[in-house]
Amino acid sequence: MIKMKKINKIYGTGASKVEALKNIDLEVKENEFVGLIGPSGSGKSTLMNIIGCLDVPSSGEYYFGGESVENFNHNQLAEIRNEKIGFVFQNFNLLPYATAYENVEIPMIFMGVKAKKRKSMALELLDSVGLAARATHKPGELSGGEMQRVALARALANNPSLILADEPTGNLDTKSGDEILAIFENLWKQGHTLVVITHNPNISARAQRIVKLIDGTIENNGK
Amino acid sequence: MKILYLFRLFYRELKTQEKRITLTIVALAWGTFSIVVLLSFGEGLNRQMMKSLHGLGEGICIVYGGQTSKPYKGLGKGRVIRLQEDDVELLKRRISGIGLISPENDRYRNNMTYGRKSLSERVIGVYPPFEDLRGYFPQRNGRFINDLDIKNKKRVVFLGTELKKRLFGEEEAVGKRILINRIPFLVIGVMMEKMQNSMYSGPDVDKAAIPFSTFQTIYGDKYLNRLIYKPKDISQSEIVKNDVYKLLSQKYKFDPTDKQALNFWDMIEEEKIMRNIFLGIEIFMGIIGGLTLVVAGVGVANIMYVSGKRRTKEIGIKMALGAKKRHVLLQFISEALIIAIIGGTAGLLLSFIVVELFKVLPLEGDAADILAHPVMSLKIMLLTAIILGVVGFLAGVFPARRAASSNPVEALRYE
Repeated sequence: MIKMKKINKIYGTGASKVEALKNIDLEVKENEFVGLIGPSGSGKSTLMNIIGCLDVPSSGEYYFGGESVENFNHNQLAEIRNEKIGFVFQNFNLLPYATAYENVEIPMIFMGVKAKKRKSMALELLDSVGLAARATHKPGELSGGEMQRVALARALANNPSLILADEPTGNLDTKSGDEILAIFENLWKQGHTLVVITHNPNISARAQRIVKLIDGTIENNGK
Repeated sequence: MKILYLFRLFYRELKTQEKRITLTIVALAWGTFSIVVLLSFGEGLNRQMMKSLHGLGEGICIVYGGQTSKPYKGLGKGRVIRLQEDDVELLKRRISGIGLISPENDRYRNNMTYGRKSLSERVIGVYPPFEDLRGYFPQRNGRFINDLDIKNKKRVVFLGTELKKRLFGEEEAVGKRILINRIPFLVIGVMMEKMQNSMYSGPDVDKAAIPFSTFQTIYGDKYLNRLIYKPKDISQSEIVKNDVYKLLSQKYKFDPTDKQALNFWDMIEEEKIMRNIFLGIEIFMGIIGGLTLVVAGVGVANIMYVSGKRRTKEIGIKMALGAKKRHVLLQFISEALIIAIIGGTAGLLLSFIVVELFKVLPLEGDAADILAHPVMSLKIMLLTAIILGVVGFLAGVFPARRAASSNPVEALRYE
């Protein structure tokens, strides 16, 4: 699914140069559940961004689904993010002025799904995370756990092969966090590939494999 | 992206930037208003000027005699050339490009009497085609001089609008008899009201026209004051003019290149010049209005820049979810266009009201006749719509490009 060879990411130049990632070799297989851990500043988010095609490495090779992403342009990267990757963020990143179902629709809008189909699919997805009754509520009217479930439904909108989550339970209480975790497990069982950055021991405990990053290098690659 | 969604986005922006957007819409409306009203008044002025230019006649050429400035075939220079009645027949017969032609002679200070009213007025003697040539159109139940009047040297008269009012007041004039220099004349028609800004020997509405033959039996003029013709095809007017010159130069024996032997008053050429002047005025007004709109456009661009900055996070989220550059561009450009459309529509409505208001306003006088008839033509509205569209698009496209090229990682981090 994902293959990284000698990935480096360097920010800035000269004295202010920061090597965020150093020679990362990483492989994630189809239907794997990988937990990405490490202290803050270790390069987790940078690695996430590169995996999620939000950012490109300074050097090294990155294959997504067998394809080298290296020479992809802005639009091709956007297409991969749209069709193959579902993002879940710590702070949800929902659009505050749009209702729950409209938020779920967004990736489908960019994919060009017709309005009618979009709406029915969005409602279906919300139903699958138990929020059918909340479809027309705006994020401000939802609890943290509910917002994250909307975000999850949105991440699943175009049926992506990879779900990337960055501290998905970081802003949630234990109960809501467990609900989210349950959904993740469910998705994994359904065959999705999951890469989750987390400090939550409950998640890392259930992950198939733990990758630990320290100072931009992988210290521990395995369980 | 669906329209409703765009409107929702715009509505949300409106709420957060209410004052700024409102001011910009007002600026755009004002810009639109200025350009449309300017152009409408320009167009109105143009039409009124053309109309009154046509008051003298449309596409006609007036020929006067002159004085030679070159010696020719043994004849010295400084010879006076005068036109004669048989020139009319000659020109009509020999130059096929001439459509209508008529001689015209006039006399000032003729005593004109109806009942107890006695005036001193101008009388002209003409042929029937004079009606179409110079716009001597009769009001209903009247007529102009015809061939029979000419043939029988009838004592009939066609009165100018103002002259009729002076002589008859509100009373019906057609069928009544008046005295011109103590000779009785039957009034056969009264001229319709007309606007006229070019004239010789006074406005037409003050004149009385009688058959040329009758005129000659009274006054017995040897020469013509002038003759008037209209080419069949206006585009051939230069050729016809040359033919006339050549033919008359043969008859009166002057050098055909002698430009002072005859005098021409060429309305066709005059109209061309007028049209160019008005085109110039129109362009000038359009530029002024356009610049006003550009200023408003800067306002729109400013809003879109602020909006782009405020929405960095939103753009980041959308990019993470797969928005391509064009999606971001489209959103920003369409918002700028929505602002432009709202402002433009408001401005157009306002100008429409003002233009309509001028139509019902009781304005009188020569200046009002010419100036106060604004016309809001389709051309003006199209032009404004195009300028607004371009302004809106440009005001949206630059901020949009900046927003669309932002780095998704940084945009996501933006709070």
